[in-house]
Amino acid sequence: MSDKSITNTSESGGIDPREDTRSPERYLRPAVDIIEKEDCLSIIADLPGVGKENLDLGIDKGILTIQGQVKPEVKGTEVYREFDLLSYYRQFQLPEAIDQEKVEAEYVNGVLTLRLCKAEAAKPRKIEVQVG
Amino acid sequence: MASWDMFRELDNLRREIDEAFRGVGLRRVQAPYFLTGSGTRRFPLVNISEDEAGVYVEALVPGVDPSAVELSVLRNTLTLSGERGPAEADRNNVWHRNERGSGKFSRTIELPAEIDSGKVSAQCRDGVLTITLPKAEAAKPKKISVSVS
Repeated sequence: MSDKSITNTSESGGIDPREDTRSPERYLRPAVDIIEKEDCLSIIADLPGVGKENLDLGIDKGILTIQGQVKPEVKGTEVYREFDLLSYYRQFQLPEAIDQEKVEAEYVNGVLTLRLCKAEAAKPRKIEVQVG
Repeated sequence: MASWDMFRELDNLRREIDEAFRGVGLRRVQAPYFLTGSGTRRFPLVNISEDEAGVYVEALVPGVDPSAVELSVLRNTLTLSGERGPAEADRNNVWHRNERGSGKFSRTIELPAEIDSGKVSAQCRDGVLTITLPKAEAAKPKKISVSVS
């Protein structure tokens, strides 16, 4: 990870993975990719089985929460099982350089793509040197 | 027994043990990951269930174009293959996390019954592919009434 990166390693470190709620449900951490481009940060998360209507995204006090409810249905009797579809939950601490008003989200084929734009002040700028 | 396959017997034993412990609450949650790139698991992950009429297979294919998934059925085997492209083609961007895998996948699974391959249907919703495979007539249970003479 380079010095110029906008996130740091303790990015989700300080946030409790929902231990304190004592909720009876179990939660899964979705796998994510985080890619930084010049003007925005992309967060791509795999949320298979979540319907669009059960997907809940929110930003509160600089913390982005991705939450998805899954209602699995099994037809017939179970013969073999390799994966469980439970609800998803994951939080990210957003850096201050992100403009929290400009967030775009797209959900296609079980993959959520979030585009978080950087605030104008945080974008890289080239300064031309004038030769006097 | 016409043919005795040790691996199949072991597989059956494992399934029976799984069955015995189901519902006890000790079972570990199996995370729905796709193409992790490490480990020996085969992808896509599948759940199989059955009833008298057919076999139902659920496969986990998030981020895969449903029309690009290839399915083929032969007697009692099902083959699933396809590809998931990388999240971002340009590797020059700064990657802070890369937990989602990408690449080609192919998997053949043995189903618990012979399938009528002409009536197979598949539906993809939110990254979960649900395949309905009706059993072949010969594999369906039949009731025979006993006549009292």
